[in-house]
This record gives sequence, C-alpha cells and structure tokens, in this order.
Amino acid sequence: MPKRTDIKKILIIGSGPIIIGQACEFDYSGTQACKALREEGYEVVLINSNPATIMTDPDVANRTYIEPITTDVLEKIIERERPDACLPTMGGQTGLNTAVEAYEKGIFTKYGVELIGVKYEAVKKAEDREEFKQAMQRVGLDLPKSACAYSVDEAVKIAEHIGYPVIVRPSFTLGGSGSGICFDREKLERVARLGLEYSIVNEVLVEESVLGWKEFELEVMRDCKDNFVVICSIENFDPMGVHTGDSITVAPAQTLTDKEYQRMRDAARKVISEIGVETGGSNIQFAVHPETGRMVVIEMNPRVSRSSALASKATGFPIAKFAAKLAVGFTLDEIPNDITKYTPAGFEPTIDYCVVKIPRFAFEKFEGVDDTLTTQMKSVGETMAIGRTFKEALQKGLRGLEIKRSGLGGDGRDQVFGEKLETRETLIRFIQDAPKNLRLREQIKTYISVPKADRIFYLKYAFYAGFSAQEISDVTKIDIWFLEQIRQIVELERELLNVGAIRESPLLKKAKQYGFSDAQLAFYSETEESLVRKARKEKGVEAVFKLVDTCAAEFKAYTPYFYSTYEEEDETIPSGKKKVMILGGGPNRIGQGIEFDYCCVHAAFALKELGYETIMVNSNPETVSTDYDTSDKLFFEPLTLEDVLNIADREKPTGLIVQLGGQTPLNLSQGLERAGLKILGTSAKSIDIAEDRKKFKELLHQIDLKQPTSDTAFTAEEAYEVAKKIGYPVLIRPSYVLGGRAMEIVYDLEQLKKYIRQAVEASDKNPVLIDKFLEDAIEVDVDLIGDGHEFIVGGVLEHIEEAGVHSGDAAMSLPPFSLSEKLVLELIEKTKQLARELHIVGLMNVQYAIKDGEIYCLEVNPRASRTVPFVSKAIGVPLAKLAAKVMVGKTLKELGLTKEIVPKHFSIKESVFPFVKFPGVDIILSPEMKSTGEVMGIDEDFGLAFYKSQQAAYSDIPPTGNVFLSVKDADKKKVARVAKGLEELGYHIISTRGTAAHLKQHGIETEMVNKLIEGHPHIGDKIRAKEIALIINTPTGKGPMLDEAKIRSLAVSFRVPCITTLNAAQAVISAVASFRKKGISVSSLQERQGSKPSRTEQLHV
Amino acid sequence: MEAILALEDGLVFRGESFGHIGETCGEIVFNTSLSGYQEILTDPSYKGQMVTMTYPHIGNYGINEADSESRRPWVEGFIVKEVSPVTSNWRAQMSLGDYLRKYKIVGIQGIDTRKLVKHLRDFGAKKGIISATDLDEKRLIKKAKDSPSIVGVDLVKEVTTEKPYDFNEGLIEGFAWPDRTACSKKQHFVVCVDSGIKYNILRKLNQHGFKVKVVPAHTTAKQILGLKPEGVFYSNGPGDPEPVTYLWGSMRELIGKVPIFGICLGHQMLGLALGGKTFKLKFGHRGGNHPVMDLKTKRVEITSQNHGFCVDDKTLPKDEIEVTHINLNDKTVEGIRHKKHPVFSVQYHPENSPGPHDSDYLFSRFYAMVDHGVW
Repeated sequence: MPKRTDIKKILIIGSGPIIIGQACEFDYSGTQACKALREEGYEVVLINSNPATIMTDPDVANRTYIEPITTDVLEKIIERERPDACLPTMGGQTGLNTAVEAYEKGIFTKYGVELIGVKYEAVKKAEDREEFKQAMQRVGLDLPKSACAYSVDEAVKIAEHIGYPVIVRPSFTLGGSGSGICFDREKLERVARLGLEYSIVNEVLVEESVLGWKEFELEVMRDCKDNFVVICSIENFDPMGVHTGDSITVAPAQTLTDKEYQRMRDAARKVISEIGVETGGSNIQFAVHPETGRMVVIEMNPRVSRSSALASKATGFPIAKFAAKLAVGFTLDEIPNDITKYTPAGFEPTIDYCVVKIPRFAFEKFEGVDDTLTTQMKSVGETMAIGRTFKEALQKGLRGLEIKRSGLGGDGRDQVFGEKLETRETLIRFIQDAPKNLRLREQIKTYISVPKADRIFYLKYAFYAGFSAQEISDVTKIDIWFLEQIRQIVELERELLNVGAIRESPLLKKAKQYGFSDAQLAFYSETEESLVRKARKEKGVEAVFKLVDTCAAEFKAYTPYFYSTYEEEDETIPSGKKKVMILGGGPNRIGQGIEFDYCCVHAAFALKELGYETIMVNSNPETVSTDYDTSDKLFFEPLTLEDVLNIADREKPTGLIVQLGGQTPLNLSQGLERAGLKILGTSAKSIDIAEDRKKFKELLHQIDLKQPTSDTAFTAEEAYEVAKKIGYPVLIRPSYVLGGRAMEIVYDLEQLKKYIRQAVEASDKNPVLIDKFLEDAIEVDVDLIGDGHEFIVGGVLEHIEEAGVHSGDAAMSLPPFSLSEKLVLELIEKTKQLARELHIVGLMNVQYAIKDGEIYCLEVNPRASRTVPFVSKAIGVPLAKLAAKVMVGKTLKELGLTKEIVPKHFSIKESVFPFVKFPGVDIILSPEMKSTGEVMGIDEDFGLAFYKSQQAAYSDIPPTGNVFLSVKDADKKKVARVAKGLEELGYHIISTRGTAAHLKQHGIETEMVNKLIEGHPHIGDKIRAKEIALIINTPTGKGPMLDEAKIRSLAVSFRVPCITTLNAAQAVISAVASFRKKGISVSSLQERQGSKPSRTEQLHV
Repeated sequence: MEAILALEDGLVFRGESFGHIGETCGEIVFNTSLSGYQEILTDPSYKGQMVTMTYPHIGNYGINEADSESRRPWVEGFIVKEVSPVTSNWRAQMSLGDYLRKYKIVGIQGIDTRKLVKHLRDFGAKKGIISATDLDEKRLIKKAKDSPSIVGVDLVKEVTTEKPYDFNEGLIEGFAWPDRTACSKKQHFVVCVDSGIKYNILRKLNQHGFKVKVVPAHTTAKQILGLKPEGVFYSNGPGDPEPVTYLWGSMRELIGKVPIFGICLGHQMLGLALGGKTFKLKFGHRGGNHPVMDLKTKRVEITSQNHGFCVDDKTLPKDEIEVTHINLNDKTVEGIRHKKHPVFSVQYHPENSPGPHDSDYLFSRFYAMVDHGVW
C-alpha cells in the first residue's frame, strides 16, 4: 500500500527530559521518525522540552516547539499548527501518556487530529492492566495470576488469595516507577500505597510472583496488511525480578529451542494483533519457567522503547524509522532494507554475533540509597557490546561501562567485601585460599542471592571460592548457560595467571577471543598494558572488524557498521579520504549524557559538510551518534585506549576529536597523543594546563583573575591541614572527574573527616582539590568557542541557585537576569583572555562565582560543556557544529560567527532529578551532581520562561494553596521578601516555629505547624493529607537523620514540588506573577530564530 | 583436538574437532537460523551436505527426543563457531556433542564462520572436507576436490523409507500451533511420497485432518493409485532434483488424477513434471527469515527455507501454471499452482521446524483442495 496522501502535517510528541527509564533512545527514535516522515514529504511539527536533543534541532522538524509537554501546551500547538495526524509512539511513555490524556480531553477530536501508529483504544488495552489481562485471555495466552486493586485493603485481599510473594505494578507509569516485590503484608501495604500514588489512574496490579523465571523480550513490527516480523529476541541474564532496564541482557535469546522460540513468536503475534497495534513497533516481555517451560506474557509496550533502540543497534534494523513509515501507510515489503539495499525490510534480521547490554548505575551519588535491584528501574544508562561470543561481548561491555574496570575483573580493581586484590600475587593467593574459607563462601553465597549492580563480579568470586555453576544457578536462578560462560572466563584467567599470556600466542589469541583486554593481560603478567599491546602485535594477534549487516553475511551489506573481534577476516575497507574520528561519551551517567552525544553528532554532520569522512566510536546504544546514518563509519566499541587504538591502527584517521564526548574521551587524549595520533582542536598541553591545579593557578595569576584560595592534598591528613589553613567552609573535590563526583562543601573538621575518604578514592592517583567555598555567591557559566585566534562567547548563563549547587543541577538563565551589564562584559572579556592563553580551538566552558561584585574563576573545561546544546538553541547558533569545523582549520570569520549573540528572549535551563526512584534520599542540591536531564523554558518574559521550565521539569508550580516555608538561619534575612511575595500572590503560608517567629517580626502572619520531632499533628501529616501545595525548605546541614530531610523526601513521595533555595523561590514568585498576568503562549524555534538578533550592546535586559 | 576444514578451492580453516573424531566430505552450505540446530541436523534434505551455522553459539539447549525431524541426523558434517559444553533447557536430554558422537557425525568448531559464509556467498557453495585425523592441508584440499559432487546424483534413494508406514502422531505436546485443531473435520486419506520427509510435515498433515500413509520414493503412480488416496503429497528431499526421474515421472502420471501438494523437492518435482527446468542457486536459501509474498493476498510471510536448487519460472508452461509465491529477496519462484488440475506446491517449508509458523495456511489449502476441490 503506498503512503497516505490524505494527511500532510504530522505532530510528533517527544519524551522530554532524560529521566531514569527514559533516555536518549527517544531522541534516536524521534529523530529517525522526523527524518523518515520528511523524506516522504510530510510536514513535521515537534514538541519536546529537552534542548539537548538532536530532534529539537531547527532543521530536523519543520516546526519545533521546545515547550513543556502538557496537554494545555499541546492544544495550543495544535490550535496554531492544525496538524492532520499525531504520531504518539516515538516519545516513550511521556509521549504516549500525553497523547492519551489529550485524547481523553477531546483535544484531538476537537481539531480533527488522527492518532496514527497506534489508536487510543489499543493504548488503553495495552496499558490498562485489567484490559490487557482480558485481551490476553481472549486469545488464550497465559499470564501470571493477578487482579487490580484501587486501595491498599483491596491489594492485601488479592495478595492473600494469590499467595505471597506478589508483585505490585502501578498502571500508567514510567520505568516501572512504584512497582515492587512484596514478601509479606507489611511490605505490600507500603508498596501498594506508593503505587496508587504513582499511577495516574490510581490503580495497581497485584500479581503472582514469577521471581526467578527466565525473562525474554521480543521486538516486533506489524504493518497495516497484518504483516508481522520479529526484529530481535532478547534474553535477560538476570532472571525475573529485576527490571529489564536494570538487567544485563543478551541478544539473541540463547536458551530457547526453536519450538519454544516459535511458540513465543506466535504469542507475540497474537498480542500485537489483539491489542491492535496496527502499524509500527512493539515490545513484548515473556517469562518462562525454567523447569516446566510454562510461558507467560508479562507486558507489552505499544510503542518504540529502550529495547527497540537496543534491538535496532543490535541488528542494524532501524525500527523507529520503519515504524514511522508504516504509520503513514507503507507496508514492510515496500520499504527497502537500508543495509542490504536490494532486499526488503519485510524480513527478520539474523545475526552472527552476540550482543550484551549492561546497565550503568549511579548509586554512589545517592547516599543511603538501597542498591538492591528490583522491578523498579534504577540505572541511569547502559552500554552495549558486540562480540562473536557472549564471553567477548560481556568483557567488552564491562570495560565500556566506565566504572574503571577493564573487563570481568582481573584488573587490580577486584574487591571482595573490601579485600582488595590489587596485585597478581594477592589475586593468586585469594584464588588459592577462598575455597577453604568457609565463612567467605557463606558470605559470597548470601551476597549473590540478591541482585545488585556489582553482582556480576561476585559471580566470578563465587567461582574463585569453589562453587560450581549449578550451585551458583541454584542460589541466583541465573541460567546455567550464562554461568558456564563466566566459568570459562574464570578458567582461562587461571591459565593466564599461571602461564602469563604474552609469551604464548595461541593462549594470547584465545584470551583476546574471550574478550580479555590488554590491561587485564598486563595485570596477569605483571607488565604494562603498552607492552602487552606491543607483544600482541608482534605475534600478529590483532583485532579485526566485522560488519553488522542484519543478515549474517547472507547478502552484501552497504552500511559500514563495525565491531571488533579476534578472528581471521577483517571487513573494513579504509578509504584514502581525509577522515576524522569522533570519540563519543559511552554510557549515560549522571554528569555525562545526551548533551555530549548531541555535540558528537553535530561534529559528524559538520565534518561531512566539509567533505571529511567521519568515523564515530561509541558504546551507548540509546544514542543518535550510534545510528549508522549519523557518520560515514560507525564502530560500536568501548571507549578505552586499547579499543580506540585498534580502530585507529586500521583506519589511520587524519585526526581525532576528543573534546566533544565529555570527560571519557578527554581522559584518553594523552594516551592517544603518545601513540602518535593527532588530537584536533585545543592541544593536550592546554588541556593539561586547565586540569592541573598548579599550572592553572599560574595562568589565572597571569591574567589577573581571582580564584578562591585553594590547595591540594593526597591524603586525609594533608586535607585537614589544608582546610585549616584555608579556613572553613571549604569545597573538596577529586581531580579528573565529571559531574562533581564526591564533591562536597564542608563546614568543619568533623564533616571533612566524613567525606575525605571517598574524595581520595574518586581521585584515583591524583590529588584532592580543596577550595575556599564562597558562600552566597552567584555562579555563572560561560561557554566560548575559539579558533585559536578569534574567540566568541556563546552564552553567559547565570545560575538561579546560589553557589554550591553543581552547575549540572542548577537552573540557569541566558541571558543573565540580575547581573549588571558591566559585570557581564567583564566576564566575557576574562573568558576570552583565558581562551587566548589556552589557545582554544573548539569549545571551552568557564565557571565563575561572583561575590560582592568580584569575579572568581572556579573552573575551566577546555571541552564541550553540558550547556552547549542549550546555548546553541537559545542563541540559534550550532556551537558544536562550528567547533568541529574550527578544529579542522576553519576560522570563525569564515563560518560567519563574528560577534556575541544575545537573544531577545530568556531561556531557562532547569534540571530534572531521579529522587522519586530513590525513596528516602535527601533531595537537597549540592556540589555533587544528581540530575539526569534538563529542560528548557523560553519566553520574552523571565518569569514565564522560568514558569515553563518548571512545568517542563514536572514540578508544576501550584496556582494557589498552602506553601510550607522553613529556612535555615542564614537565609532568614532573605526570607521575608519571599514570604511577602507569596502572600501578595495569595498563597497561604505555613511554617515552623523559628521561621514563623522571624516572619512575624516582619509583619507576616503565618500558620504554625509542628516539626516532625515536635509530635503530631506535624508537617508530615499535612503533606500526607495533601494539604500542602508547595514546599520551600532550605537545608541547614546534611544527613538523612535530620527532620528537614525527611520532610523533603516525603515531598518526593507525595509529589509535592519542593524548592530548596531561596533564589529559586524568588524565581517562582516572579514566574507566578508573570503567568497570572500573561498566561502561556507557545512559539516555535523556527519563528523565534527567524528574526535573528545579534548585538552585544544591549546585554542587560 | 585440532581439526581442519578445507575447501576444494583451497581455502583452509584450522579449528577444533567436536562430535565424532574422523573425516568427512560434503557440499558446504550455511544456515542463518538462530535456533533449530537439532531440526536442521535431522532434516534428510541435508544429505550430502555439511552445514555451517551462522549464529556462533550452538548447542546451548542440547538435544531432546521430540524435536528431531527424522530418525537420525543426516548432515555429513557440522561447522560452528562455538559449541556449548553445557545444556540449558527443561527438555534437554543430551548434549549436542554427545549426540553427534552417537551418530558419528564429524564437527569442527572455533573457526571464523563468518569468513566462510562470506566466501560461500561470493563464490558459491563449495565441496569441502573436515578432518581431525589428517592435518595435511594440501592433501585435504585434494580430497575435497576429488569428493563426489551432489549435482547429477540421486540422493533421494539414500534417505527414503524402505517400507510404507502409517503415521498418526499429531503435533508435539505443548507446541501445537495453531491451537484450534482440525479434529472435528472429516478425515481424508493422503499418501506421502517420501523423498526425505520431515516428521513435522506428517504431524501437520495429521493436525489438518489427514490420515497419512508414507510410501518410498520409488513407488509408482499405479501403486499409489492402488492405495486409493484422496490426495498425494510429495515431500522435501536432498540434492539435485533432475536425476530423480522416477519421482517426477510418477508425479507426471498422477497430475489430473488426484490432488497433489508438493513441498521443496516436491515443488521442484512438479516443475520438472510439467516440463520446466531447475537450476542450482549460487549458495541456496537456508534459514528461517526469508520473506515470501503470496501474490494473491499480497501478504508477506516469513518462511523457513532449505534448498539449493530452484524452479526456473521462464521454463514453466504459462498457460497451465501460475506462479503463486515469490521470494522477496531474490524474486525467485517460491510457489506454483496448476490452473486446471488440483495441483500446487511451494519451495519453502510451511511445516516450519525450524522456523516461523506463518505459512501454516498451505496445509488448510491442501485440505480444501482434497475436501472440496478448491485450490
């Protein structure tokens, strides 16, 4: 069937900010969908609040609305744009939920907008637990026994009928929020109450536990002629009980016979047909009982998902792109397979390698959080690895995970319950002693029975301790086939420890085929990684690159998408063109995410425009950078020195770009340069100056720029001395880390003692930095681009929160909203001076603090910063693209960027936090970054821009109601102004004794409420009773035991917006005031940038 | 233990022996199915061939009694990247290695199977040899060259049943699909001419309402008619169709006298019986992911395939024959029907096993043809 001609304009809903459970994969799918639809001549209107996405680039859709994803905003856009259809399946659960809500409000009907890809009824059937169950029963499919509950009492009754343990799953949530396994009534009551809260329809499913069953997923597609294909099967390493986003997963399924696999395929077909997904992709999860083979359907997503992104990358089959085409009427047989060109997309990909996905966690960022893996997703990112065998892929994946591991242990970083196995000797001794150590054996056995982020390493220690694969399987329920693979790795490791791999080439080759890195082999032989590499090359044991081609080599493939392995034949055909290798950022984690992928993608596009061949290296399957369409060649590889050098050896690039992928590639720059490769842009020497405290201090001194007093320390004792010398409060931070890992403001020695240990640890072999902390300063981020001679400031971003909040977590305004013009000009001047000294070629980010009108330089990053995409969108100049061009020799003048651009509108960046996934964790903002994503609010009015940013960040400002106001003593001097503002807007203020008394002095009457420790009825009761609409609570100190921390964590549980700084509170007040006056209006990026403002004069608005 | 795989054109792979330790020759082909190695090993159509599995991990779920497609494995040799030493499946009874040892099938693992597959794709199917007993590369290449070709050879006689037998088993318990069975329908009697028939064809025929008698391939048309069948089925089978003259000879006599359905080799027999020609594909179709379009409904079915020869549609009598199915990858003929007589056939495997169940409707079509003359 040809494409539909009755629709011309299509609205796509994006997924908003990156949160746990919803990450870059929807930028990948959304971008593909936009491109695919425009390719077919449709006009595309896009809504997404996330500026760090490729899809919100002004040339991806025809009309791009960076606006909050709410039904109100959606209606405003529909009213302006009048699209014929809406494709709701590309924006994750957010996109789908928004579409459902809009449908139920009658918005689509009102404006005659048709839902394509999936119908409302189908979404309801798939997402509503009860309807889903009935649908499955109609087609004779088995499910875990279950029933829906609408109250805690009902949940308890159902559980008693089914029998414990039961699983509670709320309907309509993201990433399994609020679901949990309950072994008893007490836990059930707690989980059910939370679950009912999370569900937008106040419904939870109480379900028979299939804990420990084997878990599988099928990624399927269906077209309007009922053609049906399975793109990929996935088997989870971790059995049922761990959210699939938190499981190590493997493609294809490994332990199903063809009979069982086809039975699953048939079931999937029945599911998608019965639910009624007419066109597009879906993901269906199954559980299989390991002893009886009983198969039950767990759930289905009637949209593209994280798994479909993974499946696309694992097979080379672009699911989202084809789903978009199917949605407009094409059938599978009408779409050509991009990779093979001459065969149609209507087939099932087959692969001749093994794919392993490993989740990346960030538990270290959240003090006191329970790191047990459950049915609620907690990981913040993932890495994917391709190998010819599972063993190879697993080890590649682990070294690509950016957790400082070089594979499955054996890298000097093994640590068994605190016992460090740092040398070959200690490891050998441990392996000898462990089987005899009964206490240790017991300890290991207990530990591995609970799924945790580091369990994969403990499985190995269990083998060291003499357990058999069967014994481990009995405890963990992990399939014996997977454990056998680990056993084989352990066995080969023993041989490597005994023989020393580099001496014997057959063993060396076998080790490489098992995925061992040079770093591991160096550890086993007590030598240097570089020497292993040398020995390996002398013996001819070198990586070869094989193609990902959707068809296991049956047909010739045209798309150059490669992975490394140790086999005979290499399939790359290096060209003689000038080429640039771009190193990506690896798995998403807090501090390094989509923003850097955005920059890498821009570099690929920019250099392609200049006629360069572009080679992308990355290991994150969610991203646009790992779409084989993005660059000329894609290498899906871990970002380690060894793996990058292997590619460079083969491709011989003209130069490498390391400054766009975040800290990961930047950390490789010295090693790459040592290996004789050319780093494009700012030199490694300059990078070193910026990162080396001493050299950096000298530089600042030269250009007369102040810096908070600072010093370094290698040990805790040194740190105590330094802190005393500098004077408290001090900021302690490790060197060479991103996202403020282990960064802390400490007010006294006691606090310092508490935090110094992890800072020393995070620093690795580098010193810990100790700075004087400037209290109540205003922080500013400045992004600059330079070509070595000319330097242009892209944006000056004023933080809304005062100093002390990590720049990745702070809300920011571009242009600044409170700084004087003189100060802003001075900041621009100083930044340019810095850039000149560092000979910046490419991007640079500088962080300043302003205290009492004085500028202090906090930090210089000679690389793309997290704010680059935001700034690019705010000023309408693609900075990352220009940076890439500058790096290959273009001048800014040639590129047409000659002066600073100050837009007419305010752009607010607001951060989004994962606190709701980590119950009990304190939500105060600190120098340690905790946010997972960001949104952008744009408006001519500062207040409205801020209002939009809050709405987009899911912390809606309540229009009326009770505000709980409680601040630390240091804030008391400012609190009156805030309280007055609130009062004027008609909010009713409730506060605790201290704050109330203080406000009374200023003539503001408030309702007094007990603190938690003062006894009932206290503020907690009011939050529970939903009597509080907004909480403003500034922290006095740290520690989960504090009253205020409990209040904040309660606020998260009950979804009460909570503001933790007075500056932010002030911004909220102006937001509400503006909103009341003007209301919200929407405008597309293309309209805003149509009239390009460009002047430096009128800096202060 | 070391083993070598040598091709007639001089390409050599050094790997590790598994299964039976010995030496074996055959035509090297590859199969792209991710699962179903047991069904592939026991498919009689692989007689004369050594199969390379493109998926690297093979043997993971072991071997069970129920999933065999015939009484024994028929492949001449088995080539994989890595064999699993453990089995993980609730139905597994034996490991793949033990199974191959039991039937003295020689295997090789640890080689760059992708390189081999690309070679076969680019240069066509090749004769080859696997040996763990002779490690002299030159000698092995010569042995491969000297080994018999499958072109022009009747391999059907090696795999067909010696005696006629009745088959009445139905589908494997727990894996019946579609689950609404045809038990209420009137039973029709069908004679299956066995040129290497897979059990699942027989099971499917049972399921779709047929009483089944299997007869040897050389059974004459007269003998078949003597059994008074309501329909005749021609099965899959190994090798070159042309030399099996008795088979397409008997079929030619039966056309017009009794409804006929053919699968795979049976399809090629129909082509030949109607005066058409077959030709050898460069490297064949073997896998579970081939898209086939039913030209009448325009629907795409994902099919299970295993054939090295193909009916040449240009040689078919246009007035009598209609092409009903084509392969979307290379546009070759996948199904034909006779316009006048109740006869149709498909090149691929609607009985699946291994492979998807999309084409099950062809058995219903056969039933309709036998039952009320619609095809």
